Amino acid sequence: MIRLLALRELRSLFSMPSTWFMLSILQFIFTWFFLNTLQTFLDLQPQLAQLANAPGVTSMVANPLFNMAALLLMMLVPMFTMRLIAEERRNQSFVLLLSAPLSTGQIVLGKFFGLMAFLAILMSSIPLMIWTLALGTELDYGLLLSNLIGLLLLTTSYASLGLYVSSLTAQPIIAALGTLAVLVGLWLADIASTVESAPWHQISPLYHFQNFNSGLLDSSDVAFFMLFSIACLLLTMRRIDNNRIYG
Amino acid sequence: MLNATSDITLSACNLTRRFGSHLVIHDVSLEMRRGEVLGLLGHNGAGKTTTMQMLTGCLSPNSGNIEICGINLSRQPVLAKSNLGYLPETPPLYRELCVNDYLTFVARLRGMQLPAIADALIQTKQRCDLESVSKKIIGTLSKGYQQRVGIAQAIIHKPTVIVLDEPTVGLDPGQIRDIRTLIRELGDHHSVILSTHLLSEVESICDRVEIMQQGKLIYSDTSVHMREHGNVSGFIVELHNPPPLSSLADIAGISHVEPLSETKFRILHKSADNPKSTLLTLAEQYNWQLEQLTPLQATLEDVYVRITSAENEIGKPSTGAPV
Repeated sequence: MIRLLALRELRSLFSMPSTWFMLSILQFIFTWFFLNTLQTFLDLQPQLAQLANAPGVTSMVANPLFNMAALLLMMLVPMFTMRLIAEERRNQSFVLLLSAPLSTGQIVLGKFFGLMAFLAILMSSIPLMIWTLALGTELDYGLLLSNLIGLLLLTTSYASLGLYVSSLTAQPIIAALGTLAVLVGLWLADIASTVESAPWHQISPLYHFQNFNSGLLDSSDVAFFMLFSIACLLLTMRRIDNNRIYG
Repeated sequence: MLNATSDITLSACNLTRRFGSHLVIHDVSLEMRRGEVLGLLGHNGAGKTTTMQMLTGCLSPNSGNIEICGINLSRQPVLAKSNLGYLPETPPLYRELCVNDYLTFVARLRGMQLPAIADALIQTKQRCDLESVSKKIIGTLSKGYQQRVGIAQAIIHKPTVIVLDEPTVGLDPGQIRDIRTLIRELGDHHSVILSTHLLSEVESICDRVEIMQQGKLIYSDTSVHMREHGNVSGFIVELHNPPPLSSLADIAGISHVEPLSETKFRILHKSADNPKSTLLTLAEQYNWQLEQLTPLQATLEDVYVRITSAENEIGKPSTGAPV
């Protein structure tokens, strides 16, 4: 059932022209940025060659690309999550799921995995682009993998937060703005506090992504993303149940 | 069709629902058997839609119990809902899918297996007259077709209980007739509960009527009985050479005379003694020149208005002397 709902979600996304438009714009930005950083690396390469322990191509090209993707997704994920429940409410099609033999958990997880599959497709071009460098050089696959896991976990937290905000309203635009406000707020909490040990850093998903970005797999970061996502998903289920109770 | 021994498919017991402090549904109990079409009648805002939302698990009642095919809806919602088909006021459509994809999705959502879906799809499209649009995107269809897709999604998995909230809204007269025939057909094997404020709909397809007002069920009977319920004893009489009103009123058995025009009168009498023959003899005797004599026949509409307004009267608090 979860798979059925997820596939339906994917199908609806891909049947809309706006999705394809967003995908192409995003791909353009990724590619442009990738080629740009690659050019910078090539320009700097003669100087780097003289250093004793010079950074490799993976950390010079892949790291900034993943970092940029993480920031860009913060702005973009709300655009995709806003539809999930808010639009169904507005179109009154949510009743179909409520009256179908499904548990609330199945509804929420179906929507969540549908969106995650879409976001995974959207992100898949980043490692593929970097992989093309393997034709000419040796890549640091460990760093690449940690970046990839980090980005996936980061998107999971964005998507689950977006899903929760979407369940709070019947207006997709409000859902998008709400999600964006929370995500930017968390990000600002991180970058605004200059003290290294400030607790504000800990609540920001992007802060936890930095370790992955530099190739450090820290279980506390993984735990943060897991807890953040699970909390949002549970809140969404609760919200839908409350909908039945409070109307 | 209506069989007292057939199994109970839907039973709702003492349903109560409030929104804030506002009591919307008050102690509503319903029972349905297989092969029965139940019409839920009521004014706008009487609580029909809220009742249906509760019966389909979209809204939980504050108190009361709902059982679908003997399965408790609040304790085993998933199992209970698999016996249910629901068409809400606005059909729950995914506008970006085509009709075939949408109906297949809905059928799988209700737990049908893929091989069975192919047949069900063909049959349902034929029943709802959707064959010509099966590959079209739902968003591009007209309101009438969208409504029919809505009905199709409610019946594709052949549920035991079908709940239809104003199923014929937005359809043209020809389609309304087709859909009514379809509902009647469905009613032979399933339990259908439909809400409407069109009395002709109730008259033509429902076995039983429940009238709702201000969140309460105020009347429940078969639709045939309902018409009889309000039957007034009286007739309309036309006399070309009428006597004064008082002499008509004096005839034994007549309780009320109301002039409709110079020559036409509406005469009410007690149901027991019919003054028709007396009137005829007198008309002959005094040369009143009788033109027509038509017994009054209450339409379902009259009965409905009477029942709801009578309930209003009872419901009103007495404020002493009338103004």
